Amino acid sequence: MADEPDYTSRVAMPRRTRVAVGGAREVTQAMFTEGDRKKKIQGALFASVLLLGLSVALIAIAAMITWAFVAGGPRLNINLFTNVPSVVTPENAGYRTAILGTLYVIGGVILLIVPLGVGAAVYLEQFANPANKFNRFVDLNIQNLAGVPSIVFGILGLAFIVRGPLSLGFVAAAGSLTLALLVLPTVILASREAIRAVPSSIRDGSLALGATVWQAVWRQVLPAALPGILTGVILAVSRAIGEAAPLLLVGAVTFVTFNPSFFEGGYTTLPTMIYSYASRPQEELQTLAAAGVVVMLVILIMINSVAIYLRNRFERTW
Amino acid sequence: MSTTVENPGVSSSGQPLRSLEAPGPRIGEKIIKGLLWLAATLSVVVTTGIVLSLLIPSIGFFQTVPIWDFLTGTVWAPAFANPSYGVLPIVVGTLMVVFFAILVAVPVGLTSAIYLSEYASRRVRKSIKPILEVLEGLPTVAIGLFAFNVLTPLIRDLTPFLPWTGPFSIGVAGITVGLLIVPLVASVSDDAMRSVPASLREGAYAMGATKFEVALKVVVPAAISGIIAAFVLGISRAIGETMVVLLVAGAGNPVLSFDPTKGTQTMTAYIGSTATGDIAAGTITYDSIFAVGALLFLMTLAMNILAMRLVKKYREVYD
Repeated sequence: MADEPDYTSRVAMPRRTRVAVGGAREVTQAMFTEGDRKKKIQGALFASVLLLGLSVALIAIAAMITWAFVAGGPRLNINLFTNVPSVVTPENAGYRTAILGTLYVIGGVILLIVPLGVGAAVYLEQFANPANKFNRFVDLNIQNLAGVPSIVFGILGLAFIVRGPLSLGFVAAAGSLTLALLVLPTVILASREAIRAVPSSIRDGSLALGATVWQAVWRQVLPAALPGILTGVILAVSRAIGEAAPLLLVGAVTFVTFNPSFFEGGYTTLPTMIYSYASRPQEELQTLAAAGVVVMLVILIMINSVAIYLRNRFERTW
Repeated sequence: MSTTVENPGVSSSGQPLRSLEAPGPRIGEKIIKGLLWLAATLSVVVTTGIVLSLLIPSIGFFQTVPIWDFLTGTVWAPAFANPSYGVLPIVVGTLMVVFFAILVAVPVGLTSAIYLSEYASRRVRKSIKPILEVLEGLPTVAIGLFAFNVLTPLIRDLTPFLPWTGPFSIGVAGITVGLLIVPLVASVSDDAMRSVPASLREGAYAMGATKFEVALKVVVPAAISGIIAAFVLGISRAIGETMVVLLVAGAGNPVLSFDPTKGTQTMTAYIGSTATGDIAAGTITYDSIFAVGALLFLMTLAMNILAMRLVKKYREVYD
C-alpha cells in the first residue's frame, strides 16, 4: 500500500483528476483491507475451531489406548494367554479359552462371509438387471440390514439359530453364524464398491474375446477387485472380533475352563469375557479386563494395518 | 474353470461367419448364476428372519400385556413378583443416550468433516482418515470400559455441582456413545461435502469469498441433506448401542427419570442384561425381550430409511 495517492493511468489526465482518482482507489482499497483483516481473524478462528473438534476425536483414541496399557499393565504376561478364566483365583486368571473361542467363532465367520458376501456382490454388480424390481429390493434390503443394531441380530440368533429352526444350542457355531449375518452387509457393500471400481472396459474386452460372463468375472474382474474386496473383508472381520452385544444373547458369556469345540459345549469370546470380568467387583478382575482390552487392541491394530497397507499398496486409478 | 477356446478357427476370408449364439446350453454358467443369486437373496431371508423372530414372540407378549399399556406405561418392572411392562422408562433411557450423543457428535463430527473436506491437505487427510477408522473399529466393550474408568471420574470432578450418586451415569454413557459415532458422522458428512462440485467453490472464490465463507456458506448448505443423513445415521447407531450403555449406565434401576447423573436402563441394555440371565423360553419375561427388540428395530428402521432418502437426495443433485 502506497503512502500517498499515486496513480498511473494509461489515459492522460490532469493532475487534479489523477489525485482524485488515486484517492478514491486508496479509500476503496483501505475498505477492503480492513474487511480482509477481519475476515482473516474470522478464518483463523474457524480453522482453530475445526482443529479443536478433530483433536477431541484423536485425543479420545490416544487416551483410551494409554489407559488400557496403564490399567492392564500389571497383568500383561504369559499367564494372560495360557490360563483359563476364573473368579476364584483372579490374580492368576487368563483368557486362554476366550482367545480360542474368538478364533473358532471368527474362523467360522470368515468361512461364511467370503463366499456369501462376494457372491452376492458379484451377482448384484455383474449379473443382476438393476431395473428389475426384485434386485432393487435386494439392494435396498442390504443397505437397511447394514443399519440394524447388532443386538437385534443377537435376538435373531437366539430365536432362529440357538433355538427354533436351526436349534444349534449355545455353541460356537451359533456365535459364528450370528456374527456372519451381522457383518455380511458390510462385506457385500465393500465388495460391490470394489467391483464397481473396475472399469467396465476390462469386462467388455474379455466378453468381446469370447469369454462367458462368469469367465470374465472370475478371470478379469475379481482379480482386479481383489485388494478392495480383501480390505472390506478384513474390516468386517475386525468388527466381528470386537462385537460383544449379539454374543451375549447366543451364549458366549459362560466361564469356560475347557478348550471350546465348534458344535458342542459352552464357549466364550474375548470381548464377552472382558465384559464378564468388568462387571464383577474384584479389583484384580478389573485389571484383567483392561489387560484383555490391550490384547484385543493389539490384534485389531495389526489387522487394520494390513487393511490400510493393502489399500495403499494396490490403490490404482484406471 | 476350463480354459478351452470356444472359437478356434476364426474365419479369414470366404468362410461363413460363425453364429454369435452360445455353442452349448452353458449349464455350468447357469448353475453359478443361480448360486450367486442365492447368496444375494440370503439378505432377504435374513430380514424376513429378523422380522419373524421379533414378531412371533411379540404377538404372544401382547396377548398378555395390552400394546397400549406397553407403549404408555411408566413402570418397567419385569422381574418383580407383580410385574409391570410399561416401556417408557427404558425408552426415555435410550432417548437420553441419543440426546447426549448428539450433543457431542454433531459439533465434533461436523467440524472434523469440514476440516477434512475443505482445509486438510491430501497428506493430512490420508493420515487422519485411517485414525478415525480405528476409532470406528474399536470394540465398544473397550470404549465402555475406558469411559467407566476414566471419563466418568473426569466428568464428575469437572462438575462437582451436579448431584452425582453411584458409579453409573446415563449422561456419561450418552457422551461416550457420542464419541463413538463421531467417525460415522464425520465420514458421511465428509463424503457429502466432497461430492459438492468444485465449480460451486470456485464460483464463490471468484466472487471474493474467503475460505471460511466458502466452507460455511456454500459447501455446508450445498451438502446439507448428506450432513443431516450423517446425523440421522448417528442417532440410529446411538439407539442400538449396547455395550457402552451396559458398562457406563449400569443395567439396573429402570426408573422413569431425566437425570443424567444417575444410571438407568435403556432398551438395548434391558435386552442384553435379561438375555444373559438365562431365563426360561416361553415365559412372559422372555417374550418381553422380543417386544422391546421389535420397538428398537422399528425405531432404527425409521432412522435408516430417512437417512437413505436424504443421501439419495444429494446424490441426485450432483452426480
